Amino acid sequence: MHSNNGTDPHAIGTKLPAPEARYDLVVIGAGPAGLAAALAGAGEGKSVLLVDENPIPGAAMGNDVPLLFGGRMTAATQNAERMLETVFMSEPMLEAAMDAGAEVLLGTSAWGVYRNGPGITGLPENVVALADKDRGWLVGYGELVLATGARDLAIGFPGWNQPGVMGAAALERLLARYEAFAGKRVLFMGSHDLALQTALLARGKGVDVAGLVEVRASPQGDAALVDAVRSAQIPFYLNDAVAEAKGGLDGVESVRLRSGAMIDVDTVVLAIGLVPSIELIDAMGGKRVLDGARGGYIPGENAGITCVGTCAGLADTGFDHVEYRMEWARELGKLSAPDTIVCQCEEVTRADLLGVQPPNYLERPAPMAARSLDTLIADGPPNPDQIKRLTRAGMGVCQGRRCRDQVAMMLAMAANGPFGSVPLATHRAPVRPLPLRILADWEEAEDMRAGWDVWFGIPTQWVPYQDIDTPREREHQTAIADGWSL
Amino acid sequence: MTYVGLPTPAETPQDTMVRIAGTAAKMKVVIVGGGVSGLSAGWWLARSGASVTVLDKGIVGWEASGRNGGGASHYQSPLFLEEQRMWPHMDELLGYPTEHQKERLVIAVTEKQLNQYHYLAKMNNDMGYRVDLLTGDQVRAMVPLAGENCLGGMHYRFGGHANPQRSVQAYAWALQDLGGRIVQHSPVTGFETEGGKVVAVHSASGRYEADAVVVAAGPQIQGLMAKLGVEVPLAAARAEMIVTEPAPLMPIGGVDGNGLYGRQTLRGNLAYGGGPHEWLQTFEAGPPARPSSPLTRNLARRIAELFPKAEHLNVIRSWAGIIENTPDGRPIIDRMKDPENVVVATMSGVGFGLSPASGHAIRDLVVDGQCSFTDIGKLSLSRFDGIGADWREQRGWLPLKADLAA
Ligand SMILES: Cc1cc2nc3c(=O)[nH]c(=O)nc-3n(C[C@H](O)[C@H](O)[C@H](O)COP(=O)(O)OP(=O)(O)OC[C@H]3O[C@@H](n4cnc5c(N)ncnc54)[C@H](O)[C@@H]3O)c2cc1C
Repeated sequence: MHSNNGTDPHAIGTKLPAPEARYDLVVIGAGPAGLAAALAGAGEGKSVLLVDENPIPGAAMGNDVPLLFGGRMTAATQNAERMLETVFMSEPMLEAAMDAGAEVLLGTSAWGVYRNGPGITGLPENVVALADKDRGWLVGYGELVLATGARDLAIGFPGWNQPGVMGAAALERLLARYEAFAGKRVLFMGSHDLALQTALLARGKGVDVAGLVEVRASPQGDAALVDAVRSAQIPFYLNDAVAEAKGGLDGVESVRLRSGAMIDVDTVVLAIGLVPSIELIDAMGGKRVLDGARGGYIPGENAGITCVGTCAGLADTGFDHVEYRMEWARELGKLSAPDTIVCQCEEVTRADLLGVQPPNYLERPAPMAARSLDTLIADGPPNPDQIKRLTRAGMGVCQGRRCRDQVAMMLAMAANGPFGSVPLATHRAPVRPLPLRILADWEEAEDMRAGWDVWFGIPTQWVPYQDIDTPREREHQTAIADGWSL
Repeated sequence: MTYVGLPTPAETPQDTMVRIAGTAAKMKVVIVGGGVSGLSAGWWLARSGASVTVLDKGIVGWEASGRNGGGASHYQSPLFLEEQRMWPHMDELLGYPTEHQKERLVIAVTEKQLNQYHYLAKMNNDMGYRVDLLTGDQVRAMVPLAGENCLGGMHYRFGGHANPQRSVQAYAWALQDLGGRIVQHSPVTGFETEGGKVVAVHSASGRYEADAVVVAAGPQIQGLMAKLGVEVPLAAARAEMIVTEPAPLMPIGGVDGNGLYGRQTLRGNLAYGGGPHEWLQTFEAGPPARPSSPLTRNLARRIAELFPKAEHLNVIRSWAGIIENTPDGRPIIDRMKDPENVVVATMSGVGFGLSPASGHAIRDLVVDGQCSFTDIGKLSLSRFDGIGADWREQRGWLPLKADLAA
């Protein structure tokens, strides 16, 4: 009945490849925290690999990956050589790390961490998966340090889905690292340290800063920074919010505030908050915990992996970031319309998200239209991944970077719970969108090819029912099973 | 709405619905497991007037049923003609979109693949199911993403694919609309028997009285049925898929081959799986995790070979699901002798596509004691009577390192 004799040639066995290199220490992210970790490791005589995805490829920036660039980068970002130069120029410690003996790979992203554990035991060892502009590969590690920083938090409002709406981290990256910001006059949303610092940086770089909009009654950040902004003659619009961004072909041209003020700007900077970049931890099934004072979801304890810098959580200054962003989300929600877009990639509106409706290329018969978040909640606690699958919010090419957090906020509000009562939708590898040809293993080992079957390779499975237990059964089995190893 | 090359069904699905209405009135059915098999059975039974409760340990469709390739072309199965009869009508009958699309193309990029596809085409044509052979040029005309490396293929004039997550939810919602109950986050922990029947099912949310019980809990069927003294040989394994950003829609989205199964979704994404699986231990509480692996890279390569014109597309996600396998890879759909009001249903890895038909067969076993529309005798559990305790070992189906999986 079976011809396997104790072996299954189509099972994973030992087919997953060994990493092509191995280091005592692999550090992901070459910001200050990652550089310090790499330098310390090299100083202890460890073999060290330090990777950083900067300079970000132009195509990724265009998809708002990994930051919310909002289409406001200059053509200079398309020049790979120049970009590499700016990265080196802006971070002198990179050379120090190299001098200390660390291998430094720029323009290289880490898109997955794979470990043996529950549900998977076939890996020859734990690996981190990397990709640059030419190829993908795996490296083994003794210790893994994640220093992946923090990324922009986006909260939608009418007109946010057009070029010229960007994030503070992206603006900082374009101004300070790449010298490639295409905007002229900008308006900030938020007045906590992130907004204040980025506004001052922009002003310092000669950008015209039209002001900072704040939903609360007073500026939220550090008093010295607030003074600095005031003395730079940058106005605060307090007790106010962005009601709408209007624009043309090139994106934002003006902004209307809730108070009625009209402000001509070509860029709106979402500077309400940053979220720690926990993609890799979350995608590998690691632990994450919610800590409002440290920027939302942050890594929990994960054996063998250390998180340093802002990816481990923002500095705790006693400010509740989550409460603050929920307040913004509530106000911007009031100013939004049912057809305000939440997920830009998949064009999911607020109404469709909260109605748990399918995308607009599908029909909505009456029973479908009658469903909503409320009917879903009646069946049990709402699950963000389930809602994602049904509405497609977060399923697009930006991998949910622009909407994952605001979807969690909106669902929590709709369910009358605090942030976190509907958890954040999970991340999946590859945590960067990567072309098939880059991701592909073009050097696949022979046993992977030889043992490949479309499904399980069980010889009896595809025998037509009427031929079971007849002489034809064996004929089919031989013919089909011999064809296996496709 | 029938397919080219399949016999015209004797009855429309709409007429079937009318015919079965009220046939199970007053019957209380408890279904263990809210995957496609359990939900479809629940829907068919509710259509028959039964009072249906589906209990799931988590969310409906969270296991294999919401993580699969969406394929629905199972010519080998006795349920095939029913699968083909029902699918094109499911959106209308359920009242919710399933994204069902008709037909399938399977295309080859090696001689070995082409030979195998030709064999399968002939096997189908011998059964009277029409499959057309295609040259490389014909494939390129029909499949805009195919490349010069394509050697030819075959065109199933039947079959198709649907969106697993949407379909699962459609069954669940349609069942509720008929008055059925779905209780999520409520694992079944035991059964109460009396006089050769299960009279109640015990679950985290309470005790549910039953006239009949359907056990459709995927790999967990083995442990649940053991509580009733019935041995159901099943082995769990993990399989993986990846998906790209959308590509322009191809005229037929159900294109696979090159050792892959999968489809272009209605949104345009290319979603494919295939290649090696990992055998796993089964846990009563369900799988502790469903991780994907670097196999993502091998899948990416296969897709890039299948569709050279899509090689620039970004891969945006990967995932894995846990599959239930019987020793011969064929479903078990059977009503027990003792306790005699229990039906066991597991599809051995092809349960998504079969679901509109498996639900009908399960309904028939629950209500009438036998399947009304086809012979499913060879899918009975008794074919495994006396199978040795070492059946997994004999097949090489043991987990690699059991200790780590715990
Ligand atoms: C990657 C992948 C690709 C696939 N591709 C295809 C394809 O293209 N076409 C196809 O037809 N099939 C495909 N399959 C197989 C198909 O998904 C399964 O055969 C089918 O979903 C099985 O459905 P089910 O309802 O029988 O089981 P499951 O989906 O496993 O559902 C069982 C349910 O029972 C619940 N449960 C378990 N224990 C308990 C308990 N004690 N109490 C209460 N509830 C419990 C579980 O939570 C689960 O929801 C694929 C599977 C995978 C993973």
